[in-house]
Amino acid sequence: MKISYRWLKQWVATDLNAEQIAEKFTLAGLEVDSVEPVAPPLDGVVVGEILSAEPHPDADRLRVCRVLGDTEERTIVCGAPNARAGLKAPLATLGTVLPGGLKIKPAKLRGVHSEGMLCSEPELGLGEDSTGLMELPDSATTGESLSTALGLDDSVLEIDLTPNRADCLSARGLARELAALTGAEADGPEIVPVAAEHDDTVSIDLMSPDDCPCYIGRVIRGVDVKAATPLWMVERLRRSGIRSLGPIVDVTNYVLLELGQPLHAFDLAQVQGGIRVRRAGKGERMTLLDGREVTLDPDMLLISDHARPLALGGIMGGQDSGVGDATRDILLESAWFNPASIIGRGRRLGLATESAHRFERGVDPALQRRAAERATALIIEIAGGEPGPIIEALDRERLPVNRAVPLRLARLNRVLGSLLSGDEVVDILRRLDMTVKADGDGWQVTAPSARRDIEIEEDLIEEVARVYGYDRLPSRNPGGRLSIRVPGEGELPEASLRRQLAARGFQEIMTWSFVGEDELARLELLDGAQPLANPLSRDMAVLRTSLLPGLLNTAGSNLRRQHHDFRLFELGTCFSSTGHGFSETRRVGLLMTGHAGTEHFSGKPRQLDFFDLKGELEHLLELNCVKGKVVFRPLSRAWLHPGQAAEVLLDDQPLGWLGQLHPALVGRLDWPQSAFVGEFDMAFLARRQVPEFREVSRFPAVRRDLSLVVAEDVAVADVVEEVQRRGGASVRRVIVFDLYRGPGVEKNCKSLSIGLIIREVSRTLKDAEVDALIEKVIAGLQSRFDAKLRG
Amino acid sequence: MATTEAEGLLNEALSLVSDADDSRTLDQVRVRFLGKKGQLTGLLKQLGALPPEARREAGQAVNRCKQTLESAIAERESALARVDLERRLKAERIDVTMPGRGHEPGGAHPVNRALDRILDIFNQLGFAVATGPEVEDDYFNFEALNFPEHHPARAMHDTFYLPDGRLLRTHTSPVQIRVMKSQQPPVRIVAPGRVFRSDSDQTHTPQFHQVEGLLVDRDVTFADLKGLLANFVNAFFEDELEVRLRPSYFPFTEPSAEVDVRWRNADGTPGRWLEVLGCGMVHPNVLRNCDIDPETYTGYAFGLGVERFAMLRYRVNDLRLFFENDLNFLRQFR
Repeated sequence: MKISYRWLKQWVATDLNAEQIAEKFTLAGLEVDSVEPVAPPLDGVVVGEILSAEPHPDADRLRVCRVLGDTEERTIVCGAPNARAGLKAPLATLGTVLPGGLKIKPAKLRGVHSEGMLCSEPELGLGEDSTGLMELPDSATTGESLSTALGLDDSVLEIDLTPNRADCLSARGLARELAALTGAEADGPEIVPVAAEHDDTVSIDLMSPDDCPCYIGRVIRGVDVKAATPLWMVERLRRSGIRSLGPIVDVTNYVLLELGQPLHAFDLAQVQGGIRVRRAGKGERMTLLDGREVTLDPDMLLISDHARPLALGGIMGGQDSGVGDATRDILLESAWFNPASIIGRGRRLGLATESAHRFERGVDPALQRRAAERATALIIEIAGGEPGPIIEALDRERLPVNRAVPLRLARLNRVLGSLLSGDEVVDILRRLDMTVKADGDGWQVTAPSARRDIEIEEDLIEEVARVYGYDRLPSRNPGGRLSIRVPGEGELPEASLRRQLAARGFQEIMTWSFVGEDELARLELLDGAQPLANPLSRDMAVLRTSLLPGLLNTAGSNLRRQHHDFRLFELGTCFSSTGHGFSETRRVGLLMTGHAGTEHFSGKPRQLDFFDLKGELEHLLELNCVKGKVVFRPLSRAWLHPGQAAEVLLDDQPLGWLGQLHPALVGRLDWPQSAFVGEFDMAFLARRQVPEFREVSRFPAVRRDLSLVVAEDVAVADVVEEVQRRGGASVRRVIVFDLYRGPGVEKNCKSLSIGLIIREVSRTLKDAEVDALIEKVIAGLQSRFDAKLRG
Repeated sequence: MATTEAEGLLNEALSLVSDADDSRTLDQVRVRFLGKKGQLTGLLKQLGALPPEARREAGQAVNRCKQTLESAIAERESALARVDLERRLKAERIDVTMPGRGHEPGGAHPVNRALDRILDIFNQLGFAVATGPEVEDDYFNFEALNFPEHHPARAMHDTFYLPDGRLLRTHTSPVQIRVMKSQQPPVRIVAPGRVFRSDSDQTHTPQFHQVEGLLVDRDVTFADLKGLLANFVNAFFEDELEVRLRPSYFPFTEPSAEVDVRWRNADGTPGRWLEVLGCGMVHPNVLRNCDIDPETYTGYAFGLGVERFAMLRYRVNDLRLFFENDLNFLRQFR
């Protein structure tokens, strides 16, 4: 809502300047976004009157004008097509500096002296119409400074109103609010009923009274649609961001701004039979004022006559029924529409009008008749015409009425933590035009009809608090009866995992929760992808099923930015929608590419491989004592190298996967290098084991190394498991320290070297015991894997 | 006779000892004279042939020579060890200004860095962390929070919908409802998380992060809310910044407020007011929706944008940088 400072001041006696009013409003919940002067300084620009305009002897496009300005007649050469005798237009006198920086000096144009400049709107910073000179009304006083003539010594406050304050969507409402905040009196325009000069009426049928319980019409005959809107009204409209479009529309717009009541004027000649306020029929069509033909939904409200729709109720008029150049008689509409019957409909049709904006939020249901009288008076004053009687269609029971709301002083002070007195509270409520009746320990309070937002006690408490001033209310330091609630030790907080990964060289990223369907399809990750009904774009159309696309996009863009060694991680939610239902899981995704370690003079760093990434996962699992048995199994996934991909199971539950990117994918992404990626489920990764003490052995450990040859397809993890199983509890660790293929080892076989760390808690092991244990292990390996001992 | 011979051997040996310039040569000298078959050792063995008188004298003389040689060797040994050590130390000398070996450090995303700090502060004030789903239904995101159907406040949330009518939560406030429905007061939680609005321009991204705070108990007042937020802002920015509450409107709080912080200019003087969060007293309808009696309990709630706090704290000038994931940007915050 944009409002002129002078307009407010006209109705509220205050010494505050525009900035001070803005501050008052902002601190009372009416956030003022900006305070702008309505015009740049225009010293030296006056109302000029063109006495004569003759063609320039040497230039087709120029005219030589005699112009009367502040002192004397001057000759001014002008190129504007509307320069004509009798026109009043802004005249920049010699010495004036225009807002654009141009200084007006005497000049010679094609041999004719020119002493000043007649100006267009943009040249003065007053508007955008650059087609010709800014035309001033005949009523402007020749020679008067333009600033005075147009009242340009003014500012515009732009107020960002919250949706509950529909009552402030008008000059009257804002003036009332300002009065309440300053303790001053507010008045508004004087509204005197205009007596009918004839008996012409039209019939009005409220066919959908829940949507529209009040519709006031009035016939005005013989208006002059060519009459000029007075300058003061044009300027007020302009300052609120509305263009002048002719006297009738200007008046309806002006009353909308002044009182907050949207109005509409129909060309009476277009109304056949009478007015019917009804819901649209299914598939019914109409052409709107903006020229668009729209198909209506059955929940939309229509103002129609007995033949066709005339207007989309409360939102926009129709093209054929509005006031045009040929209009002589009009039907003025002032109605109250139920917000629930208006909201969302304009949006659906792509319309955001001043009228819908107000009806959606709730117009004062006691305003319709007064607004009709005010508009009638203004129309007759400006465009003449003879009014008929007010035609009122009213279903009073369906019009909302503000009920008394109880307010208890004790409750108010308990919610606010304040010590306000009853007198202070009553004073504030009365300043807000509320009716206050004492009732026991509190009051029964009725809000004025314009306030549609006072329904419960808390609403009144807020009103008192904001007018009293939030800044004046007490403040109390945190305290209270605390109970300790911390996450269990068996749960790894995400913040800890984040720090652990950062310490291992992983940089956290944050990517979009939405991805493109194509992108997921290319990765064969589309299964279970949940689409959005209203995505922002094709490449953000479905919810991510994996963190992989985000990791790949980020890695790709950073490879293009010449980063070659980096590790990334993301901690985020993935979504999956399957036949079984919808699920959200927190996951951590890892990606590493390039070298192990940075370049160093001591030697070339090694290229990363699968075991670097696997080692990072193992490190995390060990660091956090993750509960359960971890198993790695070969895995086949479209995006992974078929020979370097593993599924990770934790107690037979899928913890995640990891592997090298498929070379074909790396090629398709056009990357210079491969990467290792993995994705793990946080729910499993965060399952920490709370440590429990075990006896520490004080006896020496023995290490025995074994070299064995097994078939190529034997998994090393199985060998280690067998060693553990056969060796029993005294085998504390099994280390795989060599893997060899080549001369000395049969084809399709590999040689493995493993070390066993053997230790007992309560005693030193004898050599014979160790030998027996090793024999048992070897026997087990021989029987299960057909393993052969080497040298 | 033996004495003269011993002294002769001693002299020879001493000169060899002083000539030895490594421990191996020195050891050869020791073996040659003092070993089991060494020359001085040999002399001792021959003493048995002498008459007792001469044997004792000669024995003493040979032993004296032996001791002298032993100590000369020991001395020489330690001198050589010193030299060896010096030589080794010299050889092992490095340029300590050369760069260390390592790998590129990682780091948390700046938004999460700010988030962790925010949560740390509220944890200290006894707020437990609660979470909720990112895909919500209309009830939790709007209805239970007192957004009437067909209300302009809904239109202010540009909501992403799923085809079945569920939606991506537009704020973390639904967690309030989930917690209050599962727990009677006192309730004291913060709920961090990702939220979504279908809006994308220079100052809006379709996803961002919020922290919701909720405290419901007996005798919770607006004064407590004011005090909490001022304390929080000062702790987060490590500065006694001016904080003001300004009336506003949210369907789920009444009274409602926006919180502004008076930023400092570069020279330390008070600068612009910046809006940093929204808050208010929990609306009685919201409490009732969770079966909490608003006559017995009152509460406050607040919601803050984590990106906003990260931008102010680390002076980031463009919101969109957070989701571009340029390593040159991210690595500034580790």
